[in-house]
Amino acid sequence: MNSHKLPVGSYIRFEKPQLQAVIDRLRQLGYRTVGPRRVDEAIVYDDLRSIDELPVGYLDYQDGGVYRLRHSADGGWFDYVVGPHSLKNFLFPPRDRVLEAHREPGGWRMETPAVDEPPIAAIGVRSCDLHALAIQDRVFLEQEYVDPAYRARRANLFVLAINCRRAAATCFCHSMNTGPQVTRGYDLAATEVDDHFVVEVGSDAGGHVVTAADWVPSALADVERARQQSQALKRRMQGRQAAAATRPRHASSAAELGPAAELGPPAESGRAAELGDVPGIGAVGESDVAQHQPLGRFLDTRELPELLLSNLSHPRWEQVAERCLSCANCTLVCPTCFCSSVEEVGDLTGEHVVRQRSWASCFTAEHSYMNSGTVRKTTASRYRQWLTHKLATWHEQFGTSGCVGCGRCITWCPVGIDLTQEVAAIRGDES
Amino acid sequence: MVRKPRLAVFKFASCDGCQLSLLSAEDELLAIADAVEIAYFLEARTQQLDGPYDVGLVEGSVTTAHDAQRIRDIRQQCRYLVTIGACATSGGIQALKNWADVDQFISQVYAHPEYIQTLASSTPIGEHVVVDFELRGCPINTRQLVELVAALVQGRQPRVPTYSVCVECKRRQTVCVAVARGIACLGPVTQAGCGAICPAYSRDCFGCYGPKEQANLVSLTGHYLRHGRSPDELLRLTRSFNGYAAEFREVSESLSESGS
Ligand code: SF4
Ligand code: SF4
Ligand code: SF4
Ligand code: SF4
Repeated sequence: MNSHKLPVGSYIRFEKPQLQAVIDRLRQLGYRTVGPRRVDEAIVYDDLRSIDELPVGYLDYQDGGVYRLRHSADGGWFDYVVGPHSLKNFLFPPRDRVLEAHREPGGWRMETPAVDEPPIAAIGVRSCDLHALAIQDRVFLEQEYVDPAYRARRANLFVLAINCRRAAATCFCHSMNTGPQVTRGYDLAATEVDDHFVVEVGSDAGGHVVTAADWVPSALADVERARQQSQALKRRMQGRQAAAATRPRHASSAAELGPAAELGPPAESGRAAELGDVPGIGAVGESDVAQHQPLGRFLDTRELPELLLSNLSHPRWEQVAERCLSCANCTLVCPTCFCSSVEEVGDLTGEHVVRQRSWASCFTAEHSYMNSGTVRKTTASRYRQWLTHKLATWHEQFGTSGCVGCGRCITWCPVGIDLTQEVAAIRGDES
Repeated sequence: MVRKPRLAVFKFASCDGCQLSLLSAEDELLAIADAVEIAYFLEARTQQLDGPYDVGLVEGSVTTAHDAQRIRDIRQQCRYLVTIGACATSGGIQALKNWADVDQFISQVYAHPEYIQTLASSTPIGEHVVVDFELRGCPINTRQLVELVAALVQGRQPRVPTYSVCVECKRRQTVCVAVARGIACLGPVTQAGCGAICPAYSRDCFGCYGPKEQANLVSLTGHYLRHGRSPDELLRLTRSFNGYAAEFREVSESLSESGS
């Protein structure tokens, strides 16, 4: 049934192992294929050449300051959600050379290093991360100053997205309208349904690449099942929203996570309560859903910018500062945070200078350093800067929220500070 | 031609590891020797030129009455005084004796205790004289040392970050050992500079660069305690190479009170 190119909007299905043919085609086309890999006890994006390298069957349990992987016989190929890396690690890498200067007779010779890397094909990207990508596009491409390196990498990006069938306890894409169903910015969007993928073609490039697989057109029923899985997940996440209104958040998230909330080496048998929560994996149907606990976090976004900006002196900022380490992890894992610092690194002769750009964060003293000193001296002022930028002033600056609800800042905060909880506290005190 | 800055390197109670970091800067050593005049550096050369010096690098902590006087004399001789390493900056691992009975150590370790003249404490250089700049680490790293020398030669501020090890850890794209493995890591309260080496080998940062700016050890150790770490483990973690640095000391003392 192979043809040269499938039209945008068509749905096909293929057996899961056929994903290898898609990867092979991408590699033939010169892409560097990256996808989920199990590295150092987490699932991160890394080079992916073979489907045998996929962390099939792994599930991730996430809560404030906690991430654990467990293998489950029920787990599918992509039933973990997001790890510490995002597309930002590739398009806006943690370190980059932006300029080199060499002293020569008569003056300095400046060189702008060109991006000389193969294009990236990212496999397994989630809806929240595609929304984050769109936000970084606004920051780096759609403002007055365009970042040439980001533009070069972004222009050639290929995305094979995955519709989530499961959410972590830290996910709140449903609150931010960014998921769990993939709706934008993909070349191909796949859903795991039993032993095959249902795939929607999202671009010409996707329509070409996917023909490498041994595919058949999707029956309407396949497409419907794929859609239902996403909708079922969304309903469970919305169930969390209803639950949040009636239960104290601390209690609910701790109970849900169970043993995984304990720090300590991952115990083989110490399964989180959430694990009992996902037997529907592989066949998440309508009837399963009702029996299961709600999933994810919830952020009430109603008039959020106004709420935060009218509470700049709220005592909660000082309270969170007692727990906050000002360590910057939350900003560095956030797929939309874009701050960097630029420094000139010279050698001892002073003849050769490299201008190096590195990820930076508003949680450091140097971030707000001006000629008179550091402006944001306290942790309270830095946390407030971060949260109000993400959720309030980002709207003014870029016409969108700076948060896509991926939950990374909650999971990867060493002391588990949870922005949804901080907002709830400010909102609760106010009303 | 502009006069080359005169550099002197002094040793106090220490293991020599930081001086070795300077000597092991193989790629840069010749350039350093070219850029500065090495006026006094016993570990490297026998020639000893008298002060004054433009910059004095001080390794080691003060553990004898003689050293307490010597550092005052050295301070007089140096325009800039820079401490290198955990010993000079916070008292070093030998500051463990500040919580112990030194006479008992001496009588158990030495065949002739009568020859030993030592103070009851190991104290950082900064407790004795004004220090202009600190290079952290046990040992310091070559990259930061070269940056210090380059800044000196070029007459600018050295670029040495004061934020957390976590920043370097994330830039290196290491998976956090605290979050993913439940290991008690001191990275969030420790100053960057090493390049986040330890987490890259799947172990904890044990704080050898000392407290970062705004180090919140109370929150971090409280979190680890609530998640099943014992006070004893955290006491050992916080009371090591930089245990005598104020932020680490405060929390280890309260841990030892709660443990006893
Ligand atoms: S936030 Fe939503 S889209 Fe993102 S991983 Fe979680 S469930 Fe998937
Ligand atoms: S603020 Fe947190 S939840 Fe929101 S996008 Fe960033 S990391 Fe994800
Ligand atoms: S909120 Fe958490 S991750 Fe962010 S700076 Fe504070 S302690 Fe670090
Ligand atoms: S491993 Fe340690 S240094 Fe690295 S991010 Fe985690 S807490 Fe910070």
